[in-house]
Amino acid sequence: MTVPAASRATLQARLREFLPEHCLIDDRESQRPFECDGLSLYRELPLLVALPETVEQVRRLLQVCRELDVPVVPRGSGTGLCAGAMPHPEGLLLGLSKLDRILDIDPLAGTARVEPGVSNLSISEAASTHGLYYAPDPSSQIACSIGGNVAENSGGVHCLKYGLTVHNVLGLKVLTAEGELVSVGGLGLDSPGYDLLALFNGSEGLLGVVVEITVRLLPCPQLARVVMAGFDSVKAAGDAVGAVIAAGIIPAGLEMMDRLAIRAAEDFAAAGYPRDAEALLLCEVDGTREEVDQHSDRISALFREMGASSITVSNSDEERALLWKGRKSAFPAVGRLAPDYYCMDGTIPRSQVSPVLEEISRLSGEYGLAVANVFHAGDGNLHPLILFDASDPRQIRAAEDFGARILDLSVEVGGCITGEHGVGLEKLRQMPSQFSREELLQLEEIKSAFDPGLTLNPGKGIPILKRCQEYRALPTRDGHD
Amino acid sequence: MTDLNDTIVDAVTRARDERKPLYIRGGDSKRQLLGRDCQAEPLDMSAHRGIIDYQPGELVVTARAGTPLADIHELLAQHRQMLPFEPPLLGGRATLGGTLACNISGPGRPWYGSIRDMVLGVRLVNGEAQLLKFGGQVMKNVAGYDVSRLQAGALGTLGVISEVSLKVLPLPEHSTTLVYAMDATQALEVMNRRAREPRPLSGAFWLDGRLYLRISGAASAVEQTASDWGGERSQQAEDIWSQLREMSLPFFRGDEALWRLSLNSAAPTTTPPEATLIDWGGAQRWLSGDADFTRLQRSAATAGGHASLFRGGDRNGEVRQALEPVQQGLQQRLKKAFDPHGIFNPGRLYSWL
Repeated sequence: MTVPAASRATLQARLREFLPEHCLIDDRESQRPFECDGLSLYRELPLLVALPETVEQVRRLLQVCRELDVPVVPRGSGTGLCAGAMPHPEGLLLGLSKLDRILDIDPLAGTARVEPGVSNLSISEAASTHGLYYAPDPSSQIACSIGGNVAENSGGVHCLKYGLTVHNVLGLKVLTAEGELVSVGGLGLDSPGYDLLALFNGSEGLLGVVVEITVRLLPCPQLARVVMAGFDSVKAAGDAVGAVIAAGIIPAGLEMMDRLAIRAAEDFAAAGYPRDAEALLLCEVDGTREEVDQHSDRISALFREMGASSITVSNSDEERALLWKGRKSAFPAVGRLAPDYYCMDGTIPRSQVSPVLEEISRLSGEYGLAVANVFHAGDGNLHPLILFDASDPRQIRAAEDFGARILDLSVEVGGCITGEHGVGLEKLRQMPSQFSREELLQLEEIKSAFDPGLTLNPGKGIPILKRCQEYRALPTRDGHD
Repeated sequence: MTDLNDTIVDAVTRARDERKPLYIRGGDSKRQLLGRDCQAEPLDMSAHRGIIDYQPGELVVTARAGTPLADIHELLAQHRQMLPFEPPLLGGRATLGGTLACNISGPGRPWYGSIRDMVLGVRLVNGEAQLLKFGGQVMKNVAGYDVSRLQAGALGTLGVISEVSLKVLPLPEHSTTLVYAMDATQALEVMNRRAREPRPLSGAFWLDGRLYLRISGAASAVEQTASDWGGERSQQAEDIWSQLREMSLPFFRGDEALWRLSLNSAAPTTTPPEATLIDWGGAQRWLSGDADFTRLQRSAATAGGHASLFRGGDRNGEVRQALEPVQQGLQQRLKKAFDPHGIFNPGRLYSWL
């Protein structure tokens, strides 16, 4: 069954009834910046790009698209890593970047009410005058939008202690696929009926369009300190992570890097990383001065006991920032080693780190592609970066196959295919390795409960098995070659 | 230590085929609490019990839904770990599945999170009698919708929870309680102000003209904070927090109507002080005795939250905050997505679910 898509002219005419001309982009060249998100392997141009300036405009736009049966792909800042915001060729790309106001901050209750286009970091900046901050800090926090964070349930290096987006959002205002406004959550800590907040976080724009977010703000810690340690093997570093947890300490951040990542980051950031180490741990503790002293001493002692070949403890915020700089620039640093890299995002039980990294290393040989590993060691979220050359179609194919094997491996050892980057278009094909057909159908029923017409971000997030969606299916990346 | 998944699936299949609804029951400790009366054939989950996996180093425990929380609590304590949401154990009767379904958490909730925040994965039997698994045993997992967290507070109306994986945390090294004499208005101000300081606060409640602050964490930090904040050190500190958690304080006794208000923590108090207990640093307030539900709902909505009839009163009428029509429609469609034949705990959450 193929339903003819609405023509660009019809859609444009209807949207122009309430959207000013500068809020619509119809020419191909000006649409280019919107053709992909942070995963640029996947590109597509939409029918139209709309950049509304008010919630009312978003509401009417959704009504029109629903009426004309035009797919709508919401987009924040486009920093996502799963092609979740890649446009639909027959759809409207709904950019929310102009809804960028911080509406209010309540310092006594510790909450901030913001629009979806506000950047993650600017919430913390605005709250800082009250000694408060917004805890989740994805690497892209300078640019990424809070609306996008909700869509992806973003994490960051501090989520072991402070949780993901879902733990730090109190309320949402959402427009349904029909353009009806609904409030979810509020200023309290729970909801009277079903916890729709839990569903919307991480729903990748498939269930509704978030137009306002209330986040919880936390007190800025008195002090934070990083203990960095080099180890002669990944296993020793993994055991050291276990020792910290066993000692009853939950670090604010606990990151691991392997040899290739260490060297690339050191060449890039000159943070003083041990270039000869096989594995590096960065362990941050925060809290009151007394607590930080007590915990950082204990962690240094544990790392020494576990055979660390070098230990560095930050003595100032500048030193701490420098130690983090290497880690935070690890992706671009590794990116300099090859024309392209492909970042994976599986999560595994921590005890499986060592065997999984060994297997990844074996697969690296099998596919003839180098891989650098950056790892949120505290919560088991792996980011293997596969190096390849996108100008060689065989290497693209090999990188994708290699990536798929890593995700299958993550599921086999009791983990999942994506810890924080989302499924989007990229991992749609991997969903059956984590979910049975019945489970996928249950997810589809949820989707359909919110968006029976399947107009919101179709072809992403969950495979649609039951309902007729041929005309909505997106071409796979191979189809673009 | 029995796995009864097959029996559960059979029971649900029969219920579906015969269109005979089920009332899902764990330890039967909360039947008179939280939800509306539900007249349906009981599905007893208490024999489906046992801790399946516990890896202290992974901070994860997995157990069958009928497992008494007390068993989990005890095992974790042996490894100096805890269920961070401090659920009531209710004389050992509270089960893991029931606690998740009720999303019930104790005094540490604003600081450590709720069971909703800690749940990592569930196995669930849906209304088509399919045993499904969502989430897992890892801390970060964004594949598919968060069906596990959705079970928190659904009162079993979306399916039979069979198995739950939870994140656990280390027990704090040290804890102390400070007590201050003050009225409710002052207490709310102090609770909120203290909660916005970078200190290891882990509990804040007010009752009978006294504010109790609990500080937990590294011994050095707890002692320093206690000395900076002043106040009287409580002698029976452990007791008072566990009685608060178990709802066994004299305030909770009797069978009078008990109302729960979940609000903006800083919202002003509007209920008579002698009938009020303020917990969760201001975000959860209890009101004992007769009240006008409509007015409570209105005032809760103004304070960014909701009101419910937690215990007593008319449990055939609605006991939860009324929802706006769009929200109600979404909730009904969601219920249908999991339970198309309406066989799980009909009317327990709302008359229309």
